[in-house]
Amino acid sequence: MLHVAFLIPLFPLAGYGILTLAGRRLGNPLAGWLATAMVGASFVVTLVVFAGLFGRAPAHRSFQQTWWTWFSVDRLHVTAGILVDPLSMTMALFVTGVSTLIHLYSIGYMEHDPQFPKFFLYLNLFVAAMLLLVLGGNLLMTFLGWEGVGVCSYFLISFWFDRPSAASAGKKAMIFNRIGDAGFLVAMFLVFERTGSLQYTTVFSRLGHVGTPSLTASALLLFLGAAGKSAQLPLYPWLADAMEGPTPVSALIHAATMVTAGVYLMCRINPILFRAPDAAHTIAIIGGITAFLGATIACAQTDIKKILAYSTISQLGYMFLAAGVGAYVAAIFLMLTHAFYKALLFLGAGSVIHAMNDEQNTKAMGGLRALMPITAGTFLVAWLSIGGVPPFSGFWSKGDVLLNTYGYSPVLYALGALTAVLTAYYIGRCYMLVFTGNARWAEARASGDGHGHVVGGPVPAGEDAASVSPTAGHGEREHGALHPHEPSWVMTLPLLVLGVASALGGLINLPFHPTLVFLERWLDPVVGKTLFNHHFSAASEIGFACIDGVLAVVGVALAVTLWRAVADRPAVEPTFLQRAWYIDFGYDRLLARTSTRFAAFTSAVVERKVIDGAVNGVAAAFRRGGGVLRRVQTGYVRNYALGVMLGLVVLLAYVVSRSVS
Amino acid sequence: MSVPGDFYLTLSAVLFTIGAIGLLVRRNVLVMFMCVELMLNAANLAFVTFARELDDVGGQTAVFFVLVVAAAEVVVGLGIIVAIFRRRVGATADDIHVLKG
Amino acid sequence: MHLLLAATVPDALTFAVAAAISVIGALGVVLSRNPVHSALMLIMTLFGVAVLFVEENAQFLAAVQVIVYAGAIVVLFLFVIMLLGVDRSEALASEPMPAQRWLALVLGILGCAEVILLARGKWPVGAHSVSGVANPPHTANVTVLGRSVFTTYLLPFEITSALLVIAVIGAVVLARRPRGPEGEAPASGTGSEQAAGEGGGAGAPERGAGAGLAPAELAPQPEPGGTVLEEEERVSVAQRPDQ
Repeated sequence: MLHVAFLIPLFPLAGYGILTLAGRRLGNPLAGWLATAMVGASFVVTLVVFAGLFGRAPAHRSFQQTWWTWFSVDRLHVTAGILVDPLSMTMALFVTGVSTLIHLYSIGYMEHDPQFPKFFLYLNLFVAAMLLLVLGGNLLMTFLGWEGVGVCSYFLISFWFDRPSAASAGKKAMIFNRIGDAGFLVAMFLVFERTGSLQYTTVFSRLGHVGTPSLTASALLLFLGAAGKSAQLPLYPWLADAMEGPTPVSALIHAATMVTAGVYLMCRINPILFRAPDAAHTIAIIGGITAFLGATIACAQTDIKKILAYSTISQLGYMFLAAGVGAYVAAIFLMLTHAFYKALLFLGAGSVIHAMNDEQNTKAMGGLRALMPITAGTFLVAWLSIGGVPPFSGFWSKGDVLLNTYGYSPVLYALGALTAVLTAYYIGRCYMLVFTGNARWAEARASGDGHGHVVGGPVPAGEDAASVSPTAGHGEREHGALHPHEPSWVMTLPLLVLGVASALGGLINLPFHPTLVFLERWLDPVVGKTLFNHHFSAASEIGFACIDGVLAVVGVALAVTLWRAVADRPAVEPTFLQRAWYIDFGYDRLLARTSTRFAAFTSAVVERKVIDGAVNGVAAAFRRGGGVLRRVQTGYVRNYALGVMLGLVVLLAYVVSRSVS
Repeated sequence: MSVPGDFYLTLSAVLFTIGAIGLLVRRNVLVMFMCVELMLNAANLAFVTFARELDDVGGQTAVFFVLVVAAAEVVVGLGIIVAIFRRRVGATADDIHVLKG
Repeated sequence: MHLLLAATVPDALTFAVAAAISVIGALGVVLSRNPVHSALMLIMTLFGVAVLFVEENAQFLAAVQVIVYAGAIVVLFLFVIMLLGVDRSEALASEPMPAQRWLALVLGILGCAEVILLARGKWPVGAHSVSGVANPPHTANVTVLGRSVFTTYLLPFEITSALLVIAVIGAVVLARRPRGPEGEAPASGTGSEQAAGEGGGAGAPERGAGAGLAPAELAPQPEPGGTVLEEEERVSVAQRPDQ
């Protein structure tokens, strides 16, 4: 039964192939349905394989399927193949599941886009690459998927490539990713050099022979790769700009799946992290700081997608914090629940954007709860989940993370706790601004501004005001009334499904009884030996849970009180937060400008003067040399005879010198 | 006992040198040609000296052939000189510098 | 010098005199202003060398030297000197290329010194002759040389025969006068050359066939068998002073 595992990445890959060749002919909406069907089929196969794996005894839940030998050079022997074990299956399950829902959603969202088939082509390719990433049996297969999702991210961010902001956002994502990938590559070199293999099972069995410095180095280099892919400090600015892509892309790639690849990698290399505590500590600290940073920035954003983007950065920080601490199960748990509610938040935001005729500024929305009840309701569920309000899924997963963090370091716990309050607060602020209060968009139209722009609102950080996508929303394009309403079932069904998942997701790892921690027992073969195990008494666990609940409620209350009827509070939206602590600004000034100036210098001086000068100089030298040598040709016979005589004398001198000595 | 070969060779060298210097210094084409003949003679003298000293008739045979070829060379060379300098009065070797670079 | 004294007096004397004659002749060739004098001095050198040949037991070669070199080649030289005008003397004092003279002297002396240095060698004696013994007992020099040429060196002999034929043909072709535009066959080379040569004056244009081409017709036609400087013919004919 497990042998059909190869179909999991094959279906979306086939979808990509078919759509490349015949996508335009299939057209709208058939191309979308084909893509969805392919991913759906992949999901079904994943379920089958999952069942097969579940049927085995825990000790035997590891299945390697080698497809062919990729290359074999000297000592390096790399196969193309997959590793089916609890970790990869968990990832594959939620990747295919959430992807199917988002594919379905996109059929409605991208309905009016002229490049409809191309979108699904890229989406399918992305899912195929992501599955290769999580299923890959060795570092190189994972890297293949890693690069694949990076490329697809670039394609999809720049999907509306005729917009310069979208094109440059795609490039920015690619560049930041590549910096991380360099770390990944060097880590692969190091791992191979020390263990002689790249296959996960082989590498982990040989770690005993590797010295701690090499392990630390490998772990940190792999974390560099993960930081690039999962938008951690210092490689995170690309994620905010990546919101230029269509909202389903943001939901799938930059919330649920691609950005979690980094966390997956950390969990996959848990044997290395276990033996390199310094690296793990570094990862935890960076994760914690990133979580706090992202949360603070999200508190002051006005673009709905930017709020969610920084929220993603913050939540990923939590996951890295958990992985660094050693609480891999908590990290995966959070990843799962985060996938549900973050995808839900994004899809809900997409629904709103669609209804508001591509308006993304929250200050220009308001009062949509009555007009879009399903969206509002599911958004509320997601808010409560991400805030950590019991009994929604986020409460359990974040609680797990915070508990383990306290056991590791109370300082990091404090940071995490503060971030938790902020999380509940900023998503709440988003909800209040969009769905409650006065319908500011109606007032704006009434006051004569026919394009739905907010009048006199703060400029969203790092963006031109009111980014416009060519996708026509359901509202009117011309001057006149905007009539937001719920989208069709293809868009609301995923919202509902994800809402249920967000609400009930906590069930897979309830801490009350050892039999209920399904996820922990399921992942035990992979992370059991390296899991951070700090024993808390039942009382302290309950105590922490209460604290978590209090934190969440505080955040929610703060949001509700501050933003109930007010749309503008400059006091809690300071500029430096709006401009994301000026970090990206700093990168631009320090690195980008310097590079540009250096490139200009290289072009003007090095290229033109030095290199061209050298080449032309060689030619000129030859010409001048020729001009000088030309004077030997006097044309006079006597001069030539003189030359012959000279040669004769020299030759004779040589002969004399030889005969004398 | 005849004069040892060293002296003949010295004489041959002197004759050759005089011929060479003459070739380089004189501008009249015919005189230059005569200097060439001088050099050839010097070489002949050396050949014959070696034939005597090494008791090998090959040296004399060489002179024989040198003589023949020198004769042929003079014929052709003078023909060329005639052809080039026929119309020009008082031309010297320096006036032919068409191949100047 | 002690070796010279080892030689017999007649031999030494002969050598000294012949050597002196040769050197004086050579110097005369180089230093004479008049080319005819140079030719005559060359003859003197050739005779000196012939004497030295006899001295070195190469009698046949001495004879051939006198007959061929002095008797034919130098005569040929004199013919051409006469043909090309001998009353012009070369200005020996001036030298348009200043470095040439002293460089020539330096190199010459250097080369001479080097050869003399090389000449003081040990002569290998008792070695096997490659081409045959030069002085076998009771055999004339002619016989020895003749045997060598016609047996060991037969191939070079035949090749030089061919060379001679080629040289003759070449000389004939070179000395031919260029054909005129009327298609008249040129008269035999040397005779009409002398008639149309430097001795002629203003009468040249009238001797159409003899001179080959009238000046006016010269420019547009390329000449078969003509030479590089033919275009100057018109100039030199026009410039030739009337005599």
